Amino acid sequence: MTQEHHSAQRREETQAHEQEATAAAGQDAGVDDLLDEIDGVLEQNAEEFVRGFIQKGGQ
Amino acid sequence: MGLETEYGVLAPSMPGANATMLSAQVINAYAATVREARGKIAGTRWDYADESPLNDARGFTQPRDQADPSQLTDVEPELDAEQVALAGGDVTIGDTLYEAGPYDHEVLMNMVLGNGARLYVDHAHPEYSSPETTNPFDAVLWDQAGDHVALAAVRRIESLAGVPDVHLYKNNTDNKSVSYGAHENYLMPRSVPFDSIAAGLIPFFATRQVICASGRVGRGMLGSYPGFQVSARADFFEAQIGLETTIRRPIINTRDEPHAHWEKYRRLHVIIGDANLGQISTLLRTGTTALVLSMIEAGTAPGIELRDPVAALQAISHDPTLTAKVELVDGRMLTALEVQWIYAEAAARHSGATDATDEATVEIQRRWEETLHQLETDVFSASSTVDWVAKYKLMTSYAQRHCLDFTDPRIAAMDLQWADIRPEKGLYHRLAARGLIETLYSPAQIAHAAANPPEDTRAYFRGRVLSQYPEHVVAASWDSVSFTVPGGRKLERIATLEPLRGTKALVGELLDQELSIREFIATLRS
Repeated sequence: MTQEHHSAQRREETQAHEQEATAAAGQDAGVDDLLDEIDGVLEQNAEEFVRGFIQKGGQ
Repeated sequence: MGLETEYGVLAPSMPGANATMLSAQVINAYAATVREARGKIAGTRWDYADESPLNDARGFTQPRDQADPSQLTDVEPELDAEQVALAGGDVTIGDTLYEAGPYDHEVLMNMVLGNGARLYVDHAHPEYSSPETTNPFDAVLWDQAGDHVALAAVRRIESLAGVPDVHLYKNNTDNKSVSYGAHENYLMPRSVPFDSIAAGLIPFFATRQVICASGRVGRGMLGSYPGFQVSARADFFEAQIGLETTIRRPIINTRDEPHAHWEKYRRLHVIIGDANLGQISTLLRTGTTALVLSMIEAGTAPGIELRDPVAALQAISHDPTLTAKVELVDGRMLTALEVQWIYAEAAARHSGATDATDEATVEIQRRWEETLHQLETDVFSASSTVDWVAKYKLMTSYAQRHCLDFTDPRIAAMDLQWADIRPEKGLYHRLAARGLIETLYSPAQIAHAAANPPEDTRAYFRGRVLSQYPEHVVAASWDSVSFTVPGGRKLERIATLEPLRGTKALVGELLDQELSIREFIATLRS
């Protein structure tokens, strides 16, 4: 394998890593945003909500 | 095929409110929206003449006196004086239903909808039973239409001043010992022996959960053991085969109530599935089952048998990593995904051999295999299509961010709130709004299906006459519609025992003529 080939391959690898990192960061931002929203819509008193969720029999 | 949903029902400001009353309020609220839109509704009585919940597909009938009272679904439920008195503490509800008048004076326990569905009070839950459809894609659409109907009822109640809000949940358990169902119904030729149906389905049903269940936090019927599990229903099953649906629940339910020509058809009543909010999960649930049933009809289903199906069902559900192995009677130890692959590959061969190359079959096969690939490569990669994975991924991220474990009440609250049908509160709906969930149908298509029946089954006849002649339809069931005709001396009961008749092709033109009810019935009879 020639020197040029090596560096070309390294460049590609680096680019690929950068792309992955960007994608992951983008995803994290999305997840953060989503989890913020979940915090906002989740029942305020989770424990009371869960305790009060009582159903009668069904099929 | 058709799908039933029993919704969880809750009035947060009235803990302990009578569940039957709340359910009736939901039905009556929807009736009020229909009345407002159309001017009148058919307060249609359900016709119980052809119901036979105690007939067992294995060839016998359970004596009535030995049946659990909850199995007697062939009699009209009534809000008796005792129930009304019990609910007496809920002054507002009592007033709303009986005096304040927004719902008329009569309490409806049952409605037949213009899309051919049945909306009614089943035990202590509002239930939507979808109209009959001919294929899994339509089954998904008219199941989603049920959520649209349920949401309309919730909104109606919200809009009434002084009436406490009622919330509905498309889930299967309160995590405190109670479970309620999301049943599937498949029409099959009576000639297929029931034994072969049961044998072919049991290993499939014990493993199907990995591609389409909805997930649950907590294990055991009481939810008393910690941890996330794949299926909401698995822990409530105790038998392989049986007639009951409310106690000792079986993987294969033998209720033999075809709602159609008895000699020609059976209706396979499937009680093991989880209610799905996700459209693709519903498609996978019904589509793969339909493929397995066609193999069973043709005698090409895989001949595999689990050593202990109920234990396998639960072991698989309790392992969201999907690596648990279950034992076959031949001694092999397989994961749920491996069992599903055996079925998926057999289905591909079967479709090839029978030249089943229609678009729907091809897409369901493709999605089945793709889902299995995703689940075996990286479980979370199926989060846009498989409900339990979407829920588990969200909870996992949330738990990591706040350093919680799965015993935290906030995780338990997420489990319940996942299934809230209100788009602004339901966690499933919050994910879907962000485009994180793949869908098949737009809100406009779903709204259309909430008002209009499928065109290629008898549901078309039922839905259209309900919309067109509401004041003349006095009773209906899956296999009949009864009319009153002015001046007539008796009810005109039109049997609809053939599910593939009453279609748009057969009665669409007649209905479009907008005849008087007398002319309409006379033409039908001629």
